[in-house]
Amino acid sequence: MGKARVKVPKTAKAGDIITIKTLIKHKMESGNRKDKKTGKKIPRHIIDKFTAKYNGEVFFSSDWEGGVSANPYCAFTCRVDKSGDFEFTWHDEKGEVTTAKASITVS
Amino acid sequence: MSTKNAYMDTIGRKLAALAAGFLLTAGLAASTAALAGDKSKYEVDGRKSGYLYSNPETQAIEDDDFANGGMLWVEKGAELWKKVDGKAGKSCASCHGDAEKSMKGVYTVYPKYVKKLGKLENLEQRINRCRTEKMKAKPWKWDKDNLLAMATYIGYLSRGMPMNVKIDGPAAPFFEKGKEFFFKRRGQLDMSCKHCHIDNAGKHIRADLLSEGRGGGAFPAYRLKWQKVGSLHRRFKGCNKNIRAQPYKQGADEYVNLELFVKWRSRGLPVEVPAVRR
Repeated sequence: MGKARVKVPKTAKAGDIITIKTLIKHKMESGNRKDKKTGKKIPRHIIDKFTAKYNGEVFFSSDWEGGVSANPYCAFTCRVDKSGDFEFTWHDEKGEVTTAKASITVS
Repeated sequence: MSTKNAYMDTIGRKLAALAAGFLLTAGLAASTAALAGDKSKYEVDGRKSGYLYSNPETQAIEDDDFANGGMLWVEKGAELWKKVDGKAGKSCASCHGDAEKSMKGVYTVYPKYVKKLGKLENLEQRINRCRTEKMKAKPWKWDKDNLLAMATYIGYLSRGMPMNVKIDGPAAPFFEKGKEFFFKRRGQLDMSCKHCHIDNAGKHIRADLLSEGRGGGAFPAYRLKWQKVGSLHRRFKGCNKNIRAQPYKQGADEYVNLELFVKWRSRGLPVEVPAVRR
């Protein structure tokens, strides 16, 4: 799995709803494509689970299927009440895990 | 697990997939609203960039550097710039120093005539000549990540600057060849570039909107169809295949000449690298 990029605002006011953007480099091979030279199917290899934690608690997670494009971009919102750390995790079908971290100061 | 449970599980996964899809779209919509800025820079003297022929959703991805997948290649290019390679023990930075200063505006003048070679040379070929002659390293392959990353990075450093290729002097005969290529019918469909990109620009070809063929400032672009960054020559090949003509190889003289003509057609348009196209 490639490098993950995460964009979280550095500061927010308590009770604010913030937008979080994430992007990860991954080929997201759907399993439906054929190798043009050999004619054989290219085995499926996708990220099938994404979770986002805030202060250790999962607040957003999603299961991805074969239709998600390469280098998936995912944006979502979250209400923040106190300062803390975000942790984002991408699980790949082959068991590979990539994590990214960010923190926010809430005033 | 009982059959019923298994069934419910499938439904659950489908719903989750739907929800994820919705969120992906919702995220895009939000960035569209935030970044719907001034689009007049994409039209110069009536010449329109392919940007203006893209869907608003595609434009929104290009406008947001975070969502733009091409930025992954820019970051990789910046890493490669400092990486030592080859027998000479040099990196790009050993000779050229800080890329942000030395490479600014470089993208806008390629392809240009090189006396030593007696022909035109484009940016990718220039990078590889630097590698073989100065760094004593192996040249990178066309449309592989390393060459794409470096070309995208150098293009990115000239972002917003107007395209400005030279077509006079020794470049003139090559420009004429490129022009001839553009207007010459080829392939089983017996079409030239002109038939789509001049005569029918702005009309639909099936579900696609034909652009004016002024991709000079856009490539290497992140193309949604490719799901990665690709070179202008790869795009040429795709066009040639579509009209059922035998495509040339990336880096062929014919394509470099055509590249000069296409970049001249894009003169004055801002460099958008890495642009996002469908």
